[in-house]
Amino acid sequence: MASLRILVPVKRAIDYAVRPRVNSAQTAVETAGVRHSMNPFDEISVEEAVKLREKHKSAVEDIVAVSIGPPKTVEALRTAMAIGCDRSVHVETPEAADMLEPLQAAKILKQVVEREKPNLIIMGKQSIDDDFSQTGQMLAGLLGWGQAYGASEISVDGDTLTVRREVDGGTDVVKGKLPMVVMADLRLNTPRFATLPNIMKAKKKKVDKMKLEDFKERAENRLKTLKVAEPPVRQGGGTVENVDGLISRLKELGAL
Amino acid sequence: MAALRFARPALTRACAAAVRPAPTARTAMAMPAGVRYASTKLTPNFTMPTSEDLAELRERVQDFTRREIPEEVAAKTDRENAFPNEMWPKLGEAGFLGITAEEPYGGLELGYQAHCIVMEELSRASGSIGLSYAAHSQLCVNQLTLHGTPEQKTRLLTPLIAGTKIGALAMSEHSAGSDVVSMKTTATPVDGGWLLNGSKMWITNGPDADIIVVYAKTDPGAGSKGITAMIVERSFKGFSCARKLDKLGMRGSNTGELIFDNVFVPAENQLGETNTGTRVLMSGLDLERLVLSAGPIGIMQAAMDLVLPYTHTRTQFGTPIAHFQLMQGKLADMHVKMSAARAYTYATARRVDEGTMDTRDCAGAILYAAERATECALDAVQCLGGNGYINELPAGRLLRDAKLYEIGAGTSEVRRMVIGRAFNKEYAPR
Repeated sequence: MASLRILVPVKRAIDYAVRPRVNSAQTAVETAGVRHSMNPFDEISVEEAVKLREKHKSAVEDIVAVSIGPPKTVEALRTAMAIGCDRSVHVETPEAADMLEPLQAAKILKQVVEREKPNLIIMGKQSIDDDFSQTGQMLAGLLGWGQAYGASEISVDGDTLTVRREVDGGTDVVKGKLPMVVMADLRLNTPRFATLPNIMKAKKKKVDKMKLEDFKERAENRLKTLKVAEPPVRQGGGTVENVDGLISRLKELGAL
Repeated sequence: MAALRFARPALTRACAAAVRPAPTARTAMAMPAGVRYASTKLTPNFTMPTSEDLAELRERVQDFTRREIPEEVAAKTDRENAFPNEMWPKLGEAGFLGITAEEPYGGLELGYQAHCIVMEELSRASGSIGLSYAAHSQLCVNQLTLHGTPEQKTRLLTPLIAGTKIGALAMSEHSAGSDVVSMKTTATPVDGGWLLNGSKMWITNGPDADIIVVYAKTDPGAGSKGITAMIVERSFKGFSCARKLDKLGMRGSNTGELIFDNVFVPAENQLGETNTGTRVLMSGLDLERLVLSAGPIGIMQAAMDLVLPYTHTRTQFGTPIAHFQLMQGKLADMHVKMSAARAYTYATARRVDEGTMDTRDCAGAILYAAERATECALDAVQCLGGNGYINELPAGRLLRDAKLYEIGAGTSEVRRMVIGRAFNKEYAPR
């Protein structure tokens, strides 16, 4: 079996249980004072990397977590290391900077890949804040690597990866040779809880700091946010007496 | 005039005495009675956690409760009056059972602020799971940490912290509750150890416990100077739990009556020196009260978690009821009570972590938090109106759970007495 060097890109996002609110200037979602945690899809990819090590033992040489974001992003990296990553890379962005677009993130990740030399990248298929679901594909494209999107099962045999993907109406099994980018779906696994003893140990693991300026290749911002607004409040429905009532009501509304 | 002039010196003397009490401590640094250095309450490798460490810890516990103790688990624990015993290894694996214990035995040595945080967040998810957690991790684990020998710690503390064994502490008896020193359980010296006889009442985790710290009279004539602490294991012959008690609240935090019928306790299971049990007991009580005070705070937070969204979505007369002034007043009062209690508890815990323990504040923190929690829970029932009075929503459970904290670990009355006595001691004629 080929030795695996796994890179797991993770993102710190607003916690999934928080109800997002639009800021008063209507330019973005309010993030100040809001609970953040690791993007759930990324937790799944970290778990999968750790599971691969548990299964293939020493064949997994290295698991590195990488994240791009403001100083507090290091919390997500600590969680990743508490779950089982060996070390991490933090590409620090200024505190109030706009969130990177997929291509910008992919270009930075590409250079991290050139530095860290992984042969397998496992990442969440999307992050729950901007929901672009593009970074992984772009990264694979930039690297010229094979990719598998929406993984619900991963198995490694030699330098061949078999990935079961969730597609509309069923599953799709793809095979590919390393190096590869795999994007995790929700049903790939159930991530473990980062225990306190492991969190304490993770504090001693290494975090390499980098700045945006350290990256030669960078993409420009292509999107301009005009306005962010809450979805319209749902109007309550009404009840009808029977099927005839339903039909006449639908006709009234021009639906039939 | 003469009378007035006469009276003045006496008055100033009284004032001076009130401002600066005559030092009673024999040490060079005068400390009021009831305050003592708590360095002996901390493990040797303890370092003060930063506020970021503590904030992170709180988030981790919240992650845990979100996964493992959702409302359905809390409701089921209460409804079935049975602790979900599979929770123990989970709590152990998460690292919560040895917050104040030493690292070689699996502990984290994070101190009492950290312990209060875990207690608060677990109690916020389920009052009864929180209470059983405290009985295990504070009453049993911490007493072993502070008074156990290295051999006892390796043998008993390690499985307790891993959550593979369940711990309890047995102090109260039928006729010795608040007046605990009047206990009737006795241990008579025999070859190689003690023979324990008697019974203990209202013991949290009693029906499930594998390892129990028990206090018994070893010199019945010597009053408080004749008590010794010892560790009873479930497997000991003659030990049994007579019955699981049916309680008003904290249902699922299993409480039992324990019977000791000629139980042989080997000498290696004695905790601390012979006849020094009262000191073990009393110092433990301060820490017990401090950590338990986070329980009612968690219940108050649970009340807020329930009431705030409800009152903002429940509409009457075309307005969310939270917008009515009478309701605003209630919500504000609940918030202030909870926040004041929280501030008191964490300030006291911080001082203990810094090395000073004040008996008055350990008793005061739980006295205050417990009474406020019952008030907040009653208000929560009221805020929910008809829905507060039915068991589909947890308001009633919060109320039943909250009331325990005015009774368990010393009643409100005893806590006031403890504080009063500390003052009396301070002003005692020398």
